[in-house]
Amino acid sequence: MNLLRNTALGLSLCVAAAPMAFAGELTIATVNNGHMIEMQKLTPAFEAANPGITVNWVTLDEGTLRSRVTTDITTKGGQFDVMTIGMYEAPIWGARGWLEELTFDAAYDVDDILPAMRGGLSHEGKLYAAPFYGESSMLMYRKDLVDAAGMTIEDNPTWDHIRDVAAAITDKDAGVYGICLRGKPGWGDNMAFITTMANSYGAQWFNPDWTPALDSDAWKAAVTDYKSLLDNYGPPGSEGNSFNEILALVNEGKCGMWIDATIAASFVTDPGQSKVDDKMAFAQSPQKATTKGSNWLWAWSLAVPAGTKQSDDAKKFVAWATSKEYIELVGETNGWGNVPTGTRQSTYDNKLFQDAATFDEAELKAILSANPEDSTLNPSPYVGVQFAAIPEFQAIGAAVGQQMTDALAGNISVEEALANSQQIADREMKKAGYY
Amino acid sequence: MNPALVRWLQAPSIILLLLWMIVPLSMTVYFSTIRYNLFYPERTGFIGLSNYEFFWTDAAFMPALLNTLILVGSVLIVTIVLGLAIAILIDRPFRGRGIARVMLISPFFIMPTVSALVWKNMLMDPNNGLFAAFSNALGFQPIEWLSQMPLFSIIIMVSWQWTPFAILIFMTSLQSQDQEQKEAATLDGAGFWSQFWNLTLPHLARPISIVLLIQMIFHLAIFAEIYVTTSGGPGYSSTNLTYLIYIQSQQAFDVGVASAGGVFAIILANIVALFLIRAVGKTLTV
Repeated sequence: MNLLRNTALGLSLCVAAAPMAFAGELTIATVNNGHMIEMQKLTPAFEAANPGITVNWVTLDEGTLRSRVTTDITTKGGQFDVMTIGMYEAPIWGARGWLEELTFDAAYDVDDILPAMRGGLSHEGKLYAAPFYGESSMLMYRKDLVDAAGMTIEDNPTWDHIRDVAAAITDKDAGVYGICLRGKPGWGDNMAFITTMANSYGAQWFNPDWTPALDSDAWKAAVTDYKSLLDNYGPPGSEGNSFNEILALVNEGKCGMWIDATIAASFVTDPGQSKVDDKMAFAQSPQKATTKGSNWLWAWSLAVPAGTKQSDDAKKFVAWATSKEYIELVGETNGWGNVPTGTRQSTYDNKLFQDAATFDEAELKAILSANPEDSTLNPSPYVGVQFAAIPEFQAIGAAVGQQMTDALAGNISVEEALANSQQIADREMKKAGYY
Repeated sequence: MNPALVRWLQAPSIILLLLWMIVPLSMTVYFSTIRYNLFYPERTGFIGLSNYEFFWTDAAFMPALLNTLILVGSVLIVTIVLGLAIAILIDRPFRGRGIARVMLISPFFIMPTVSALVWKNMLMDPNNGLFAAFSNALGFQPIEWLSQMPLFSIIIMVSWQWTPFAILIFMTSLQSQDQEQKEAATLDGAGFWSQFWNLTLPHLARPISIVLLIQMIFHLAIFAEIYVTTSGGPGYSSTNLTYLIYIQSQQAFDVGVASAGGVFAIILANIVALFLIRAVGKTLTV
């Protein structure tokens, strides 16, 4: 079985070399979340406006998408004309010349795209992917519980204050836990959150000379506090919780506070799925030594791989799907509460959107305060808030995520977990030839 | 028929089988000796055994090797003991036997990812799971299965899935057991256990070795259950060799190191197979 799995990779080289698409037919790889499914439903509008172009969709879950498109682009497979990629991939691939630079006409109004998004999707000033939907992270909390405890939460509260609030509102007998945070291992799972927390303690992944900085005091303080928060005030089984698991807990009214993706705000305030829809309030992420990098930045975006034979048609599609007109189309078709957010200033300026969304100000504030190019207290050599945009990060982040979960489960100490992480990162970076 | 002609007629299928095996194997061995990271296409060239060294000096390697062996061993023991017991239990005719058999076998037809998700979210979840509900009803603290005993949880899931396979094989072979022999033994005063040791077990020797070998092949490559539930953690506590190779090939995108891991896995599979064949070798020749 192992043998087959590995050679499948090699064989896909040959298979993928065969031309998959015909003229006028675009093959687009995308991720299976709500906004992307909506884009597929609206495809006929694009096809009607661009006669002669038809669109084929390949819809995959996040993990599969990532390995499919990465394998395709690194082996020059040419299966896709448009790829949905994240903010992690865009600058790496752009730097390697694997993506076509995107230039748009005046009507597209590229300056309307939020600067943080543009920065995170560019390399050396050239835009390599157009943001389709963007998000940051923020603190979501049960206003009723916090009020009942006689406390308040301001924007960017201190982590010490968060601990006090968590202690005050935890009521384990009633099944209410003061704080829920991600614990499931994965660079996009627990490490996305833990990295923002560590950033706010003044920590960073790598020193300017690319040696890992995971053995710093700042990391130790951040992870120690993270573990003690969850040990004392978190729900049981936090080691297996990521976005979806915690969302279910919050919707059941079991979490007092939650720091996670801004998109969650639209779910927890939806009376159709949340029991606490009218009790939630929002604030900017907590801080310790700094607010820099305390909230993450992510965008699912569309990119055109270099070497596609239909780059003009592909770019037409990218421009259509990330345009103001597309957002208006979704607003008119599905209601303004359902438009893809986090990409354009014009969305937030739109009165119809402001009326439909309850979290728009908090989300915009979070996105605008994130800067992937400057997200750590001390100088660091990498781009990215909750990740470092280098090819090695996925493997390092996954392994470090495992160590953090191990520490959270109490199998090893925080010191051991960080020492192991430092060693893992050092090994990978040496092998990749950074020093 | 002319022996030469026979060979010529056999040749296409033998060559096809050989290619089917040799091509992937030699590609894996070749990849494992070159510098081949998908992110650095410009770095190429023969690097000897460096990929192997990087793979086995990984801090996760020894735990993964041990976990692989523990997983295979425990699942084999559980499925064979349980499979034997249940197959013998349902061998006697009783009302509703047909339905009982179908239901006992059905877990085998559920996809591993689906069964893992059901176990994780509906049974083992410490907040919403069925086991937690039982614990709470009895006044105990719910067990956090996947974080406190991840490997054991995976052994439970895989055993649940594979016990039906053992039942199926044992059940069908029990039907070919000589009933007159059993009746004679009963008349001679042999009890259940002495019949089991002296008649049933020898009769089942061959099916048992088949179940052992087939399951071993599959369990060395357990992946879906780990991927869906624990992602190999916490720490390395549920990482097996397959998962380690997955991390190298799909997260580090290092085809060279992943191939080296693949070669390790092939060697391990052969050692385990050799060991098992030796162990059950005597019974195979019965």
